[in-house]
Amino acid sequence: MSESDVTRDGVRGERPGRDALVGRGMGDGERPGGKRRGRKGGTGRRGDQPMVPRAEFTSYYGRPVLNPPTWQPRDIAGYFFLGGLAGAGSVLAAGAELTGRPGMARALKVSSLAALTGSTAALIHDLGRPRRFAHMLRVFKPTSPMSVGSWLLAAYGPVAGAALASDLTGRLPRAGRAATVAAALLGAAVASYTAVLAADTAVPAWHDGYRELPYLFVGSAATAAGGMALLASPVAENAPARGVALLGTAVETAAVKAMERRLGVVAETYREGRAGRLMRTAEALSATGALGGALLGRRSRTAAALSGAALLAASACTRFGVFHAGMRSAKDPKYTVLPQRERLEARRERPREG
Amino acid sequence: MTGTSGRSSLIGRNLLAGAEPDVAGDAGHQGHPPRAGFFTDTSVCIGCKACEVACKEWNAIPEDGLDFTGMSFDNTQGLGASTWRHVAFIEQNKPLGRTEVAVDHGDVDVLALASQGSGTPVEQAAITPTSPAPAPSQDGQTGLRWLMASDVCKHCTHAACLDVCPTGALFRTEFGTVVVQDDICNGCGYCVPACPYGVVDVRPEDGGAHKCTLCYDRLGAGQEPACAKACPTDSIQFGPLDELRERAAARVEELHRLGVEDARLYGHDPEDGVGGDGAFFLLLDEPEVYGLPPDPVVTTRDLPSMWRHAGAAALTLLGGVAAVFAAQAGVSGRRTGRRR
Repeated sequence: MSESDVTRDGVRGERPGRDALVGRGMGDGERPGGKRRGRKGGTGRRGDQPMVPRAEFTSYYGRPVLNPPTWQPRDIAGYFFLGGLAGAGSVLAAGAELTGRPGMARALKVSSLAALTGSTAALIHDLGRPRRFAHMLRVFKPTSPMSVGSWLLAAYGPVAGAALASDLTGRLPRAGRAATVAAALLGAAVASYTAVLAADTAVPAWHDGYRELPYLFVGSAATAAGGMALLASPVAENAPARGVALLGTAVETAAVKAMERRLGVVAETYREGRAGRLMRTAEALSATGALGGALLGRRSRTAAALSGAALLAASACTRFGVFHAGMRSAKDPKYTVLPQRERLEARRERPREG
Repeated sequence: MTGTSGRSSLIGRNLLAGAEPDVAGDAGHQGHPPRAGFFTDTSVCIGCKACEVACKEWNAIPEDGLDFTGMSFDNTQGLGASTWRHVAFIEQNKPLGRTEVAVDHGDVDVLALASQGSGTPVEQAAITPTSPAPAPSQDGQTGLRWLMASDVCKHCTHAACLDVCPTGALFRTEFGTVVVQDDICNGCGYCVPACPYGVVDVRPEDGGAHKCTLCYDRLGAGQEPACAKACPTDSIQFGPLDELRERAAARVEELHRLGVEDARLYGHDPEDGVGGDGAFFLLLDEPEVYGLPPDPVVTTRDLPSMWRHAGAAALTLLGGVAAVFAAQAGVSGRRTGRRR
């Protein structure tokens, strides 16, 4: 852990400000000049970490208060993305089928089943003991969003599969239509529950945004599904996809802004670093995709496909951005301690009633 | 909490947040023993780490990394899957006094000094082996101090790890403690970010979540947990939680009377964000100094509201998509109408 070295010229990379105090250095006086020569110039990354990382709050040597999630970004952010794509895709597929757009309906049924398969695979891959994935269905616990989600997927998967099978084979059309509608209803739940999955943790960037996160997630899911519909359906049928992409982008953007306002200092985690870059990329891509689709999507197949791809990428960026914001907020004690301190102060000023 | 019990209670009971007097009973245990817990009095902790060692030995926990952190005397760093007790060690940088270096001692009569007990005359020395401790200054501080505290799973009244576990691997024992069943856990890792204290973690070697069991096996055999047994200063006290809370209240009062105004209890209040901890602490500084959250809240307190927001969002998605299709039908209807 320590990166300090003892060299001919003295100690390098030690933690500044942590020397034992002896001699004239003691007391309230300044350290005599030149006494620390040869010990300065340490460039160790760890060495630059002060005991109190930034002003206004205290921590235990800058160590996180929380244990950060052990989840892998590709698995869990990927799961959020694919789950949203599948769920919102089923909603769109039902709309397309009921309004006589068979090409779009079939394309979305295929993409939903593929995304569902991918998301389930990601979920199982992320388990520490993948062979025990069936333990997810040992119990049903409303207090565990992961349990609720597992049951939701267990119900949604077969229904989405049946909807596609009926569409492809042309058999049992009425049952197929019922399955399509059921998949739409369950799909909407699949697209929104993942927000509760993230929010029901102590991770500040997720928990404190629990009011806005479901809207952010369904917005992002609609963006992805709209993108997929633009990408995969005939131009003649893609008008609703353009509308859904615009709507999804608008809801997602509004939810992000509202959440950042509520989060206070924790909003930094969505604006800075890797998460910040991802969120900005997502915003640019979704705006480009939604506007591009709306303006050019009805004339050019290529423009529609490109807009769709941009929208899909935007949704993926959003999910990875949310994931990384959460990781950062869990790893930096600042985002745990500061909001809790504020809460305590507020409670102290306003004594509890009753 | 009475004012908000309508929000936080389920079927008339505080199952998600708030005070819950019979935690084992609410989990379905009948005729259960009194709730067991720890009271960790950090004012007498000497940082010997006997608790860490005893815990590792008794529970056969694997090695958790042989790092040299360079921060204080703590190389354990924090609680995790293979660290169920962690002795925090805080050096607070408050200078003790003044000394001079490179002073000529040629004229010093060492034998006289030896009879005096120290090189510095007692009345001038901040502290000597034979002198009494210096009187506290006005703010009650004696200068540089070392704070030591043995941290552990809090066995919360409302345990987020237990609430969010999708497999039922985490359960509430008859002693009111929270334990992971290793043969059920599938390593989903949901309990890890759910814990507001950063206690439970997944062990990479076996993929399962692990944490303090409050020595469930020893409790069942009428033994106190290994850490409490090993603690040489009784900093870690084990017993029925009600009794520990009384003892802690008396202790903090005594410390205040002795002038240790920093002393405060942490995690003892059944009205706090997690409904009170089964393992609580007497601290000598703010909780965050020890790496503890100042105002932890069980995440599932807000879960009913989360589900409502998610439901509204799902309806928004359904309604929004339906509206888009309806609008398109209107547009295309008008178009086809014109064409006809």
